[in-house]
Amino acid sequence: MRAMVYRGPYKIRVEEKDVPRIEHPNDAIIRVTLAAICGSDLHLYHGLLPDTRVGHTFGHEFVGIVHEVGPSVQNLKVGDRVMVPFNIFCGSCFFCARGLYSNCHNVNANATAVGGIYGYSHTAGGYDGGQSEFVRVPFADVGPSVIPDWLADEDAVLCTDALATGYFGAQLADIVEGDVVVVFGAGPVGLFAARSAWLMGAGRVIVVDHLEYRLAKAREFAHAETLNFTEYQDIVVEMKRTTGWLGADRAIDAVGAEADGNLLQHLTGAKLKLQGGSPIALNWAIDSVRKGGTVSVMGAYGPIFSAVKFGDAVNKGLTLRMNQAPVKRQWPRLFEHLQNGYFKPSDIVTHRIPLEHIAEGYHIFSNKLDGCIKPLVVPNAG
Amino acid sequence: MTYTSAKPPLPETPEQLRARIPGWGADLDPRDRPSVPREVFSPGTTGAHWDLPEQQPELWPRERSIEHSRLTPVFGTAQPPKALSGVLRKYAYRRFSEGRAAHWLILIAADRVDAVESHLASFATLHPDNPITETGVLAEPGAHPIASRRGRVDIRHQTLDPVIVAGPWVVGGWLAFRVARGVARRLRA
Ligand SMILES: NC(=O)c1ccc[n+]([C@@H]2O[C@H](COP(=O)([O-])OP(=O)(O)OC[C@H]3O[C@@H](n4cnc5c(N)ncnc54)[C@H](O)[C@@H]3O)[C@@H](O)[C@H]2O)c1
Ligand SMILES: [Zn+2]
Ligand SMILES: [Zn+2]
Repeated sequence: MRAMVYRGPYKIRVEEKDVPRIEHPNDAIIRVTLAAICGSDLHLYHGLLPDTRVGHTFGHEFVGIVHEVGPSVQNLKVGDRVMVPFNIFCGSCFFCARGLYSNCHNVNANATAVGGIYGYSHTAGGYDGGQSEFVRVPFADVGPSVIPDWLADEDAVLCTDALATGYFGAQLADIVEGDVVVVFGAGPVGLFAARSAWLMGAGRVIVVDHLEYRLAKAREFAHAETLNFTEYQDIVVEMKRTTGWLGADRAIDAVGAEADGNLLQHLTGAKLKLQGGSPIALNWAIDSVRKGGTVSVMGAYGPIFSAVKFGDAVNKGLTLRMNQAPVKRQWPRLFEHLQNGYFKPSDIVTHRIPLEHIAEGYHIFSNKLDGCIKPLVVPNAG
Repeated sequence: MTYTSAKPPLPETPEQLRARIPGWGADLDPRDRPSVPREVFSPGTTGAHWDLPEQQPELWPRERSIEHSRLTPVFGTAQPPKALSGVLRKYAYRRFSEGRAAHWLILIAADRVDAVESHLASFATLHPDNPITETGVLAEPGAHPIASRRGRVDIRHQTLDPVIVAGPWVVGGWLAFRVARGVARRLRA
């Protein structure tokens, strides 16, 4: 089969690999029909996440057709059209039993602090991902769902991460009616978080980024006000000014480890790997939110320390909430919202890239060229 | 405001928001939010039909975090550790918990070693690494490279990306040249 393969920082290619095998009785093998590249993949691509091995196939956002099932699989059959949450989870451990699917204890031998994620390095369990023609899906009775007939593949693939994560991020912000919500980052996660903040009754939603074309999308798709942080001497002061000097009630970090806006933080975090990421957006969130407010962190950070302004968070009495999104828990309610026609997830898709050209796709998405917001990957496109 | 008890006024009323934004307030009630409360004990609802999953066979000594008391029932089998990078990785797992910086710093170092090892090994195959095609820079001409970058703050460090990518190749080439020249001299002597 053809598969995307990591060759070292900033380098990937498509290779011939063996079709994955059933390795556990509850495994399934899925033939991927559509995948996506996520902002999280860029952290891997840039060599930021420890134990990213040469030969690894990325991809944690994918939908496909069941190709083979293990002997204990009951809920799926060959030929089913399925969507697969980015989390690998067992459904029965201490954490899964409590709904913390992204924190499963039974799937990641490499790290107890991290759950299992498809194609997300050995730090997330050492599973090859879905930017390929076939992928091994453990716990087939627990993770995947048959895609409802009314849901198109392009919308379903966004439910496997970006949309579910943005929706989850808005929930962690503890929004009450009339709250002013600021979202840092106008990538897919930020756009969906901003859109979801309205569902929870936000009174104002402000999206911060520096890419004008993404801010335009935030105004149009997420109905948000926008701030380009490069136009202000100090974005924290601007946030205070625009909120009557109170600060936002809630802030969502949808940027993560490779934030821009402070060269020293960016270089030590994202380039020299001296910290677990550059927490610029997180620090802006901590400083922009009002005392007693909430910061919801959806942005991903590496496992080593980062220079976070913790003292400010303590002194302001903030609530910091965060996690990898437990994706499948979001689906039933999200499906209701989609069926009500509140919005269409695939409106943020900008690129559809054949698997064979995935190196170019990563380059465009990583450098934010050509108006790129969300690139999809199409196996067998030829 | 702020210096008094009043909350700063909002530009729009809930009625205006509801009219302008499809779905506004649909999840106003926290009970409608799927991740509220964070923990809900409901083991029977996940699709799992086991208390403890069956053990996936361990076909080679699988490296694992020493914060686990056992190998997890299911684990990834992609890219088993090999060569020098594999020695480093196995050491990082065997010796240091996730709580230790050394664990992660050794793993990061092993990643860089892995890249070098793999590049060198690829030259002995019919499919050598090609930094031009593998970095995807060939997409530049069709992707509005200048207009897309005009006025952006991240350009300052994007200019470092080629250094990070090409640097090791230049150093590696120079080393290879020095070694080859040394060998040639020695042969002549
Ligand atoms: N918690 C989870 O479950 C989960 C799931 C998916 C993604 N993520 C993480 O969410 C983050 C965003 O993902 P994405 O796919 O939207 O990525 P993306 O790269 O498309 O978007 C990030 C955006 O942040 C902007 N940005 C950079 N620095 C900024 C700053 N200082 N302030 C404001 N904006 C800034 C960038 O211009 C870009 O538009 C990533 O870190 C990703 O790893 C987390
Ligand atoms: Zn993702
Ligand atoms: Zn579990």
